[in-house]
Amino acid sequence: MSVLAYIESSKGKFKKNAFEIVSYSSALANKMGVELVVLTINCDDNSELSKYGATRIIKITNPELESFDAQILSNVIAQAVKSTESNYIVVSSSVNSRYMSPLLAVELDGGYVSNVTELPSKLEPFTIKRTAFTNKAFCDTTIESKIKIIGLSSNAFGAIENETKISEEEFSPNLLSKKINVLSTEKVSGKISIADAEVVVSGGRGLKGPENWKLIEDLAETLGAATACSKPVSDMGWRPHSEHVGQTGKPVATNLYIAIGISGAIQHLAGINSSKIKVVINNDPEAPFFKAADYGVIGDAFDVVPKLNEKLRAFKAQNS
Amino acid sequence: MKILVCISHVPDTTSKINFSNNSEEFDNQGVQFVINPNDEFGLTRAMWFKEKQNATIDVINVGSSNTEPTLRKALAIGADKAIRIDAEPQDGFFVAKQIANYISENPYDLIIAGRESIDYNGGMVPGIIAGLTKTNFVTNCTSLEIESNTATIEREIDGGKEILKCDLPLIIGGQKGLVEESDLRIPNMRGIMQARQKPFEVVNCTNSESKTKSVKFQKPALREEVKLVSPENLDQLINMLHNEAKVL
Repeated sequence: MSVLAYIESSKGKFKKNAFEIVSYSSALANKMGVELVVLTINCDDNSELSKYGATRIIKITNPELESFDAQILSNVIAQAVKSTESNYIVVSSSVNSRYMSPLLAVELDGGYVSNVTELPSKLEPFTIKRTAFTNKAFCDTTIESKIKIIGLSSNAFGAIENETKISEEEFSPNLLSKKINVLSTEKVSGKISIADAEVVVSGGRGLKGPENWKLIEDLAETLGAATACSKPVSDMGWRPHSEHVGQTGKPVATNLYIAIGISGAIQHLAGINSSKIKVVINNDPEAPFFKAADYGVIGDAFDVVPKLNEKLRAFKAQNS
Repeated sequence: MKILVCISHVPDTTSKINFSNNSEEFDNQGVQFVINPNDEFGLTRAMWFKEKQNATIDVINVGSSNTEPTLRKALAIGADKAIRIDAEPQDGFFVAKQIANYISENPYDLIIAGRESIDYNGGMVPGIIAGLTKTNFVTNCTSLEIESNTATIEREIDGGKEILKCDLPLIIGGQKGLVEESDLRIPNMRGIMQARQKPFEVVNCTNSESKTKSVKFQKPALREEVKLVSPENLDQLINMLHNEAKVL
């Protein structure tokens, strides 16, 4: 009976969500009155996890696990779950975790709930809150199986400092043979991905054409933000599809989402609703986005954005 | 090539979401249902396989008779046969298990589902089908090509994409990119007429098993009204983002 937290890493370093996953799992273990086990794979240094409540670390070092394979990884995690007799497994909402977790659920004959936003509200029956209807509602969900897999929404719980001492032990799982081969991987270099960003600056049709995207990029650079766009913008080919956020595009759950020249169609809002603070800049006061935003500026993007950027630069210079 | 496309019957994106029976159930009243958008991209990709590579397309849904118009629409778009497993779906595992049971007896070369449905957003049905039937599985697919027995797949990853290769049979979770929005098809009159004649199989639900249960729904708290800042006073915006929202 323990909670097992699976921590993602890339090239030896924790992914951004690692500390949130450990914080949540530590709180969950505390609530259940059970031990927390943190599973890491190919991480150079696990000591930082002790700041967020990790105590026992199960560490796998195996170069063959460096490239992601959902089938092999789910089987490896299942072995760690069985060996530690864990009943609760916490995973992130990254693209890879969402790919791997249903397979893990089958391996363990467990119940998997994704998009979880809180700690369980009840333990008998085990009841947990998740989002549903693309962020238009929440749903209290019970997990009836013995093994419970919780997919935590990004930025739903946050990283909470809680200094502890850690012990580490090595774990050597058996690896299944590979059935799906990776031919190539392309990552946009030198740019922050939407999934990793704390701030996203997003542009819509109001920018009038791809030649005006420097406005968005400059502001994003000042804020250390990722750039994104609305569906019409990606459909018209102004920006790559990988930047499209919304219901059929990428989901966004950042601390700050700045929408520039985006009217706020319901499909767009569905995709960005889990962002904490939303700022909208639009010259149409009737744009539906103003009903969904926390802060708004009614004004011409071509006038407001450069001015805002200049002021933010000064602010950053002063506060850094 | 035999293709099965899993069709989820979901409220249209623009529907107002309401709950009934003490917020324990989704309220269907006045809601327009559609083919789940991620499934529709997959169905359209399947149509290209049909037209260029002579594939046959079956579509499947786990649901009550209410979902039949959605399956008929898939037939009108061009699928050859529809299968409805007659059950009120309990959770993602339940749906996946029913479909896994069906395909264990009726094998396919390619099974296409959406990366997630826009109602419960679980994103688990194709993965659980794959786990239960021990079939190769790739989700977040933005491109799919098949030659003889081999699939080449583009998968969206955080911050980029990767190209994968594997053997059939294969289950994918599809999304936009498999085809574009402008490639989606609106059924024409001929398609709608033909759909009435196409085979429509209703299968009894066996072995119903679920792992989770949706017990109560809530709508998000009404949000506070937007705080408007004059374009002449952007310092105030920065100040509020820094001191009040604490995001700068």
